[in-house]
Amino acid sequence: MRSQTLGWLFLAPTLLILAVFGLTPFIYVLVVSFFDWNSFAADPTMRFSGLSNYRQLVFDTGFLMSLWNTLKFGIFAVVSQIVLGYFLAQLFMKNFPLKGFFRTIHTLPLMIAPVAVGATWRLMTVPGLGPIPYYLNQWFGYEFLISRFAGQAFLTAVIMDIWHWTPLVTLTLLAALSSMPKEPFEQAQIDGANRYQTFWYVTLPMLKPAILSALFIRLMDAMRTVDEIWMLTGGGPGSATRFIGLYIWRIVFPKTDYGYGSAMSLITLYLTIVLCWLLYAGLVARRDLRKPE
Amino acid sequence: MTRNRPGLSLLFWLAASLVTLFPIYWMFVVSARSRVELFSAPSFLIKSFFSENYLNTIHDPTYQKYMLNSIVIATSNAILVTILALLACYALSRYKLSGKENIFFWTITNRMAPPAAFLLPLFLLYTQVFVVGDWKMFDTRIGLILLYCVFNLPFAIWTLRGVIDAIPRELDEAAYVDGASTLQVLFHVILPLARPGLAVTAILCWVFAWNEYLFAATLTSVNARTITTGLAEFVTVTGTNWGQMAATAMLTLIPAVLFLALVQKHIVAGLTFGAVKG
Repeated sequence: MRSQTLGWLFLAPTLLILAVFGLTPFIYVLVVSFFDWNSFAADPTMRFSGLSNYRQLVFDTGFLMSLWNTLKFGIFAVVSQIVLGYFLAQLFMKNFPLKGFFRTIHTLPLMIAPVAVGATWRLMTVPGLGPIPYYLNQWFGYEFLISRFAGQAFLTAVIMDIWHWTPLVTLTLLAALSSMPKEPFEQAQIDGANRYQTFWYVTLPMLKPAILSALFIRLMDAMRTVDEIWMLTGGGPGSATRFIGLYIWRIVFPKTDYGYGSAMSLITLYLTIVLCWLLYAGLVARRDLRKPE
Repeated sequence: MTRNRPGLSLLFWLAASLVTLFPIYWMFVVSARSRVELFSAPSFLIKSFFSENYLNTIHDPTYQKYMLNSIVIATSNAILVTILALLACYALSRYKLSGKENIFFWTITNRMAPPAAFLLPLFLLYTQVFVVGDWKMFDTRIGLILLYCVFNLPFAIWTLRGVIDAIPRELDEAAYVDGASTLQVLFHVILPLARPGLAVTAILCWVFAWNEYLFAATLTSVNARTITTGLAEFVTVTGTNWGQMAATAMLTLIPAVLFLALVQKHIVAGLTFGAVKG
């Protein structure tokens, strides 16, 4: 048995950084969430208000709507990214000319800052300036106006997210696929497994950690997107794309309602944790059943 | 797994690249136009190249500094995070530490928080608590490098945990039997095998740090501003300078692509090492 101390020593720097820069602000936000504190209000001082911020949240239809929209956005975007990313990663495992070149091209969207991605997509979709509404109207007579139609704005946000973040999933899965040992595949071939069986019983179980990690990272990030959407639509039209990150930002900054914003932030964090935990427990438990130790 | 049809793959990738490149191409189109030209009917063609958008940014010392800050911050953060995450994942994967699954999950939750509400406490910490004499953590590169660990470490640990768990323990054990120390195992057994995973993790951490906007905008003022805050500065109350913004965004792609090319080699190295050949 090797010494446990060494293990803790390896973990220590990570835990230290996360405690100082992650846990400390978290505790602050937790405390503030029990106070009434708005620097623009008639009384700008902090007043203890117990759970009233949390009570207010339950009846805030704007918040609930925004939470629901965020969830829809996250699920649509992330599921498409996983399917598309898996497909692309498998294709990158084959040999074809100019592979490195295409992989670089495919990774390019990741390298663009969300602020710039939002700006680019806005420039493509703004009427009078962008090609998408112009040609959709010219060729198909279809009216495309993301500043007016909620569905179109939502869909544009989802497609933008897919365009921007699928490469992340592809890269993660590609790394996992390429570091897999090849013995299980050879064994499956010897046993006469067909392509579907190989995928279902060999590739998928071995790829599961990578799929899970891509799924969680993307889901977490989709739940807290701010800058891309802020540039694309500013949250509109109405509240169609006012996702939770943006909603909290509006409460904390233009409105300076710190107490309420903190409570909202924590509830969102809590819901994200619960969602991820349920997914994690569901997916990981199934794997452990199949693999007795 | 399936038969190779290079021609078909090539055709597919050409089509896929068109879709991927279109928004970037449009950004380039916008960057090459003057304000007047921009608001005429949309056209895909670039008739004349309006270089002022690029030259304004290139010759502006402020943007040169922003770019340098971004490069320093993103690169240091990516290296730091990848090393720390490798150590942490090795500990989580190979040692019997009490409560390690809870620790693992807790590290992940650090990435889940919506950032807006955390800006205020971080601002207070950086201006009032992390102060040594005249030095404040506010508006320093090291401040952003360490802060970005909060969302990059969870990501790196998530990704690398799977990679390290997938490396058979028998390899470690064999090395220990041969008399290797823990550090030797880490560097000569784990590191080479985890290389594709490490490369991807480093690329993505770099990207996340490079792209971050909200924290950089709040926690810096003059000295440590990054290029993303510079991009947002084009959006003003009186209107947005789309042309120069697009030109600056195109320029920020250059270091990103260089870094990508540099690190991608290691994914390729990994591919030839342990690839599943069909």
